[in-house]
Amino acid sequence: MRTFTKIPKHVEDVLQSDALRNIGATTSRRDLLKRAGLLVVSFAAAGTSPITSPANAQGPAASAGPYPDVDFHQLDSWIVIHEDNSATFYVGKTDCGQGTGTSFRQIMSDELDVAYDKTSCIMGSTDITVDQGGSGGSTAMERDSLPMKRVAAEARRVLLEMGSARLGVPVDQLAVSEGVITVKGDPSKSVTYGQLIGGKRFNVTLTGNNSNATAGKAAVKTVQELKNVGLSPQRYDIPPKVDGSLKWAVDVRLPGMVHARNVKPPVAGAKLVSIDESSVRSMPGFVKVVSKGNYVAVVCEREEQAINAARMLKVNWEKPATSPFPSSENLFGYMRDVAPTSSANPIVVGNPDATFPTAAKMIQADYDIPFQGHTAISPAHATADPSNGQMTIYSNDMKSYGMRLGVAAFLGIPREKVRVVWMEGPQGYGRTAAEDAGCEAAYLANELGRPVRVQWMRNEETAWDTKAPAFAVSMKGGLDAAGNLIALDYNARAADYNHVGYNEADTVLIAQLMGIRRAKPAAGSAATPGEVYAIPHRRMTAHVVSLPMVWETPLRTGNLRDPNGPQSTFASESFIDEVAAAAKADPLDFRMKLLTASTDDDRGFRRARSIAVLKAAAGAYGWDRRPSPKMRGTGEILTGRGMAYAFRGQTIVAEIAEVEVNRRTGHVWVKRLVCAHDCGLAINPQSLRHTIECAMLHSISRTLYEEVQFDTEKVTSVDWNSHPTLTHADTPEKIEVVLVNGDPNPKRSDLPPYGAGEAACKPMLAAIANAIFDATGVRLRRIPFRAPRVLTALKAAQV
Amino acid sequence: MSLTLKVNGKSHTVDVEPSTPLLYILRNDLGLQGPRFGCGLGQCGACTVIVNGVATRSCITPASSVKSEITTLEGIAKEGKLHPLQQAWIDEQVPQCGFCQNGQIMTAKALLDKNPKPSDAQIRQAMNGTLCRCMTYYRIQAAIKRAVKVVAADHTAAEKEVVA
Repeated sequence: MRTFTKIPKHVEDVLQSDALRNIGATTSRRDLLKRAGLLVVSFAAAGTSPITSPANAQGPAASAGPYPDVDFHQLDSWIVIHEDNSATFYVGKTDCGQGTGTSFRQIMSDELDVAYDKTSCIMGSTDITVDQGGSGGSTAMERDSLPMKRVAAEARRVLLEMGSARLGVPVDQLAVSEGVITVKGDPSKSVTYGQLIGGKRFNVTLTGNNSNATAGKAAVKTVQELKNVGLSPQRYDIPPKVDGSLKWAVDVRLPGMVHARNVKPPVAGAKLVSIDESSVRSMPGFVKVVSKGNYVAVVCEREEQAINAARMLKVNWEKPATSPFPSSENLFGYMRDVAPTSSANPIVVGNPDATFPTAAKMIQADYDIPFQGHTAISPAHATADPSNGQMTIYSNDMKSYGMRLGVAAFLGIPREKVRVVWMEGPQGYGRTAAEDAGCEAAYLANELGRPVRVQWMRNEETAWDTKAPAFAVSMKGGLDAAGNLIALDYNARAADYNHVGYNEADTVLIAQLMGIRRAKPAAGSAATPGEVYAIPHRRMTAHVVSLPMVWETPLRTGNLRDPNGPQSTFASESFIDEVAAAAKADPLDFRMKLLTASTDDDRGFRRARSIAVLKAAAGAYGWDRRPSPKMRGTGEILTGRGMAYAFRGQTIVAEIAEVEVNRRTGHVWVKRLVCAHDCGLAINPQSLRHTIECAMLHSISRTLYEEVQFDTEKVTSVDWNSHPTLTHADTPEKIEVVLVNGDPNPKRSDLPPYGAGEAACKPMLAAIANAIFDATGVRLRRIPFRAPRVLTALKAAQV
Repeated sequence: MSLTLKVNGKSHTVDVEPSTPLLYILRNDLGLQGPRFGCGLGQCGACTVIVNGVATRSCITPASSVKSEITTLEGIAKEGKLHPLQQAWIDEQVPQCGFCQNGQIMTAKALLDKNPKPSDAQIRQAMNGTLCRCMTYYRIQAAIKRAVKVVAADHTAAEKEVVA
């Protein structure tokens, strides 16, 4: 069986060259510099590879740069058929660990009619794959697989025409299976794709204004015609991840490469006054201190030398005159008091102001969700190589194309001189869309004229990575005498001003520290709930607020896995539970009543599918209908169950959590989880289930443990002790995922695939809060639910 | 100073500061990719190797303190056959990003080498300090239980052969 990796061959050749990798500790710096030239030779040699991907098809020079944009209008940019009848797909996507590459192979092999096992997929390297934007927004299957389907179908059409000419039979009398074209009724007459075009270019021009719109003349198949889609082939990236053979972005070693570590300001907003380079100049392996504005890095020959030197470097900083932010304990008071920087137009249905006074019962509650970090298992890292007057960055950036543009703008060089080679790395979930190490590595490599590998330390990453915005949400609801929710008010404030984009040259952290400022910071956003409850009178308002310090702050906000969804859904779905309890209604029945009170639906049949998903979750769990809270137990462990529901785009999710609350310690264990999930067509059900499982556990971690804490000068969450996360001991005993995949109306056409991963993150926070309420009668409205906070709440309620 | 380390059955001599953490030598001098930097504090387990049967955090272990043979992820397959844990990891399709899985597999191996039939509670306890930020814990625990069954079945088969 062939081994497929996701790394392009010309890169693999360089990275696997023993002569280049074994750089001993005793090698002199002069030797290293001499060896740097080898890289040019190696790339050039690799460029003669017969595989005709568009970039290296232009000849040996192509791999050494420059690196023009890959033309999405050329079929050859997407698909290469080899003489052995195998196919390589080039896609402008990256995989954050959900197995999307395997799914792309399933989709494209179906449209092309080649055997799945004879395909491979190369992703996200900007010089050889079309710019599909990399990853983000759970759009891999929903949006970005569509041009892949169309170009694969087009390749099949072109190959059938070629087969028709070769076999002398009209296309409609040909059949094709697994890359072999045969004459219908006369299977002895056949020709393979490899025989028709193996190793040669299609030279077929496609249409479309952008890569997402790329299309040929061929129609794509119907769901019923698909063979590989819907099966669960094992992910091809997993074996090399468990046997140690995969080359990750952290593993890149280049001749002449040096190591850099940053020295961050000790408090937010500190100004660099002076650097005493003599404090490190005599340390072993010292190469250089690089500094501009408030950005400081130390470069050494060896990695551990750079780590030590960065620790030892004496830097004189001046504290800012005023506090950059309130402490995390005082954050929510600040957020509720300060004037918003922007407010979205309220979404108003009916007349809530006139209705609230008529309510028989009013319910009000405030919910607080702190800043939460990505805190990836590995800190930010990248290696940059300035050889040949170009700039190559080896990175796990999930939006490698954005990094290419950002680096080019940051260095002030044409983007054709920059390429980003995407390689595997720690989980993305948005952090690597706003990646910082790439621009740092490129800047340092440019300064030194040598390849530079930079990696952040744990305390830097936990304190300074991008954060999901904190939310302060106030809610109000009115019940009529019959227990119907007649009016609802949702009012959210998100600390999201100056939300950073994707490797923008003027918002990436190194740029901020250097004093680069864009004229107008990004407005940021707050979110309103995603559900289709029929509430006759409602208002939903979302404001953005700013902390005092806008730039150079460790509380930079960026996208974290469904950027605002978990926060807004925690408030809205906790509140629905509170209202249901006030109405003495079963939480499921109460939601079903709100869903079935209207027959309006939208293009994705979200109402009908929401009802189906809630029913599926309740059925799988064995939901016992009764109001919450249940009769409180007498033992040390109190148990309860809670549910929450949400949609994201067209994907519907209902989650039920069963919890154990230890009334003596305040410890919460989510013992059992049920998720009913409808994301339309499931491409690889096993990968989908695992993604959903992990998304739910990520949200358990955010519910129970995660909070970025800070005093009025600096972030104090700096490692896994001060920023705890979910562990093995917290793992639920049982997780059940029900893939509903069901428009309940069989007369409607098949659903396409919708974004799957992030939707599953949304409802969990509220599901757990609702379960804790069910178990204890105590309502927790401030995330996270660490044991001391839970215990305090239990004691206050005399539980 | 010159230091000789035995790793996965082979001896290597490197010239480094004695306090250099083992991790950087394994990665940067010996070119191994299994152990990875996660925290540099011994808190997450991504850098785990096995020394003397003990799952050891190579990021905080001075290289000069290691006197016994070191086993890394690259060294646990035997004669071209994956270790039962590695195979179980594939069968259960455990990883998401996979960055921490070196530490998960090596910590599990150290557990099973000492206790071939751990209870669920023992698995949770032994694995608890090995963090996964993609939260693959549920699948990891399933894979360990799968590997336990495979190893037990192999032992039973081997015993039967001896009896026969």
